[in-house]
Amino acid sequence: MTLESILFIVFAAVGLASALLLVTRRNPIISALYLILNFFALAGLYLTLHAQFIAVIQILVYAGAIMVLFVFVIMLLNLRDERSLREGLSWKKVFAAGVSFGLLMEVIYILMTSASGMTELLPAKATEIGTVEAIGSRLFTRFLFPFEVTSVLLTAAIVGAILLAKKKLD
Amino acid sequence: MDHIDILITLAKIVAAFAFLILGAAMTVLLERRVSAFIQNRIGPNRVGPGGLIQPFADVAKLVMKEDIVPRSANRFIHDMAPMISIGVALSTFAIVPFGNGIDIFGRHVKLMIADVNIGMLYLLALTSVGVYGITLAGWSSNNKYSLLGGLRSSAQLISYELSMGLSLIGVLMIAGTLRLDEIVLRQTQYIGGILPKWNIFLQPLGFITFVIASFAETNRLPFDLPEAEPELVGGYHTEYSGMKFGLFFLAEYANMITSSAIITTLFLGGWDVPYIEGLGLAPLTLALVQVGGFLVKVALVVLFYIIVRWTIPRFRYDQLMNLGWKVMLPLAIANALGTGLVLLLIA
Amino acid sequence: MNTYLTDILQSGALMITTITGIVLLLVEANRRGRPATSFALAIVGLLAAGMTALIQMPAHGTGFSGMVQTGGFASFFAALFAVAGAMTIALSRSYLARIGWFRGEYAILTVFAVVGMMLIAASNDLIILFLGVELMSVCLYVLAGLARVRDRSNEAALKYFLLGAFATGFLLYGIALIYGAVGSTNFEAISAAFPAISAHIMFLAGAGLVVVGLSFKVSAVPFHMWAPDVYEGAPTTVSALMSTAAKAAAFSGFLVLFVRTFHFVGAGLNTVLAVIAAASMILGNVVAIAQTNIKRMLAYSSIAHAGYMLAGVAAANAIGLMGVAFYLVAYAFMNIGAFAVVSMVEDDHEQHLTLDDYAGLSKQRPLVAALMAVFMFALAGVPPFAGFFGKYYVFLAAVEGKMTWLAIVGVLTSLISAYYYLRIVVLMYFRDGAADVAAKPSVLTMVTVVLAALLVLQLGITPSVVVQAAQRFF
Repeated sequence: MTLESILFIVFAAVGLASALLLVTRRNPIISALYLILNFFALAGLYLTLHAQFIAVIQILVYAGAIMVLFVFVIMLLNLRDERSLREGLSWKKVFAAGVSFGLLMEVIYILMTSASGMTELLPAKATEIGTVEAIGSRLFTRFLFPFEVTSVLLTAAIVGAILLAKKKLD
Repeated sequence: MDHIDILITLAKIVAAFAFLILGAAMTVLLERRVSAFIQNRIGPNRVGPGGLIQPFADVAKLVMKEDIVPRSANRFIHDMAPMISIGVALSTFAIVPFGNGIDIFGRHVKLMIADVNIGMLYLLALTSVGVYGITLAGWSSNNKYSLLGGLRSSAQLISYELSMGLSLIGVLMIAGTLRLDEIVLRQTQYIGGILPKWNIFLQPLGFITFVIASFAETNRLPFDLPEAEPELVGGYHTEYSGMKFGLFFLAEYANMITSSAIITTLFLGGWDVPYIEGLGLAPLTLALVQVGGFLVKVALVVLFYIIVRWTIPRFRYDQLMNLGWKVMLPLAIANALGTGLVLLLIA
Repeated sequence: MNTYLTDILQSGALMITTITGIVLLLVEANRRGRPATSFALAIVGLLAAGMTALIQMPAHGTGFSGMVQTGGFASFFAALFAVAGAMTIALSRSYLARIGWFRGEYAILTVFAVVGMMLIAASNDLIILFLGVELMSVCLYVLAGLARVRDRSNEAALKYFLLGAFATGFLLYGIALIYGAVGSTNFEAISAAFPAISAHIMFLAGAGLVVVGLSFKVSAVPFHMWAPDVYEGAPTTVSALMSTAAKAAAFSGFLVLFVRTFHFVGAGLNTVLAVIAAASMILGNVVAIAQTNIKRMLAYSSIAHAGYMLAGVAAANAIGLMGVAFYLVAYAFMNIGAFAVVSMVEDDHEQHLTLDDYAGLSKQRPLVAALMAVFMFALAGVPPFAGFFGKYYVFLAAVEGKMTWLAIVGVLTSLISAYYYLRIVVLMYFRDGAADVAAKPSVLTMVTVVLAALLVLQLGITPSVVVQAAQRFF
């Protein structure tokens, strides 16, 4: 077993476990912390794919900035443990479970039938795709336009957020 | 990678962390002596010559103290918070180059623990994670003063992280790399043959914004709102005692040293000692002198930290936020823009 | 540097609209309390963008490293979005002032939403398609919640946002799968790879998820749940924008992807689209009958119209493409007009929104009632108004595309729809109402509505203008 596959198993296990704990814990702060752990595991997985930039950004942006705000808001609202909602077995739930199961089977089927051709591309090409230099030069040449559009999107989102959230509009 | 490489790496880790921990202890003493000097007192001078052993006595005291966890606190997170703080403080130091590479045992050894090619991003990522220590300490104590401290710290750190990251862009553009050792190498030349080509001269505005942001990120005065005693008793660590409090204390000083080291690396030429190549020193001596130069620079920045703490009053919370968002951020962006323009004109 | 300059000039409408948005931001930041300037600037900017788009329509090309296409299809829709955006802003001025939310941000967000719509129509890459959908949606989420002290407005914004975010997730997942199957996000590359890849199950799954995401944005059954609540709760002029320009934008996404990139064959999803279309026509029209609130009624009618247009997409032929394009233009003007009349009748406190409030409108405001009658006839598809030709083309396309059953469903449900559209007309002209209708509409509003009515009539008489443009789309 290579080092890479060991790392993959470790990160994948941590990721899955933290994701499960995230949805099963009742305390919102603890849930948020498991989400952060999950992001770290995800960053680790990116590293095994040689995508260092995405890995660091995952930590920097998601774990370090967005989740801080999540935790901040949960603390500010002083949320208590979530009480269990009325847990009846309605036809909606049965239906939803059925649909989810069907989708899961579908995804498994797709992966079984078509995944064979997907993986061979990876190792050779991946090392050069994931570096900061490669991403930077693509971002400012071929993908310059989407990059700029994103800035317009963020500007519009900021205007909207202020409009909706500002305590006292003038 | 064979055994010798592993041994070398282990040696580097031990050396760096010993330096960091001892440095933190010494910084505590330095802080107490300097503050005493500024306030016209004497300061601790009884334990050991000139009080040199004082920090160790303090540690012994902290270790022997009872560890109190409030009854309604979340025990697990209460225990974890100081570990996060100290862990982040220590691991940031891993990427700081404290000297030029030396040739030893027939191989080239870089004087830094982890040679990562995304060094600067690693630095920012760890800084951004460091918030959790304080925030979670505040929350898990289940005490309103602690919670306020924790909330303040997350708001403050998030706000200043932005200016911190943006003020680095100028350095990044000049160096053209994210590796910290290469950033130092670029600074070893001279401007016009006289002035060292340190980034502080090329990026004065970036230097100022970065230093201010570093002060905020390390929660040092004038940005120590998370633990402002008059308002919040002790802030986030009100409910901590014993060695867990000691860890926070240690983390604060370790952070201070690490951030001084980062400032030195990025703006003050790192281990570069200007005009030394004219002396014709032997390679190993040269390396040692350079490590010494690095340590001196770090110590001077630490001293600066301490002097600022004892001379400048604390900000009010809204002033802090205004400074962060309305002054620092535009300045950092202007710096990045200006640097870009100048580079474009030169090229 | 120079290549970017040509790119910028080529996609003039997009650039003018974006610059308008940025100028509005600066104007808003430096001046207090006079949103009228922003509204005027926005209208001027959007009209200029629309003109530019029309001028640039004959020149086909791609720009920004193949990220967007210019001219033809993109310009056609850019002009439509710009005009529709300008019209809703013009309508909003007095309406928003009346309900107390006359703010410059409204103009800014509308302009940015139009930028997003233009990007969808101009997209030549899945990334741009996604960013366009996001930009448009984010602006609309906020606009829906603009009157944030109103419970219904908040409800509308939250519902739209939560469901919309979910739909965006589907869209993005679909895009990821398509990218996984093809290895490129560029439409030309996907188009070239299409014959080989069209039966690949990963590709089909991706295309299916994209259908889900876009169907949500056009409010087609079964992804229509949000529409009635959102149209009812959002400020009326915002509902006008959402039901016309935003829907047209999502449809332009459908067209660009399924017609252009997938070579009319719709990736084997034609049947799925046809079923969605039939379900939308039936459910929209039947449920609309039971509505008493006019905004909800128009919402269900809008679901039904999405069904008619999807029939044109499902038919997957040149007539379908042209029919949907024509339908979108016609529908934009008639629905903007209808919502404009609703906004005139509505009072300051979310009252006068039931159908009964329209009783006797012809006696109090004869002109407004006459205009409403025009829009209702047009929506019902009565000749000589534009709605008739829209339906004619899409049903013709369905028949040509061997989907006669779909055309029959369409015609039958159109008959049902006549009932609730004409009921409004009956109420306005043949019933006496006690309700006193809201204040005298402003000149700007009236001019806009009259313009919309004239366009509906004009397109009904000379549909060839749009038809000819549609022949040179790609």
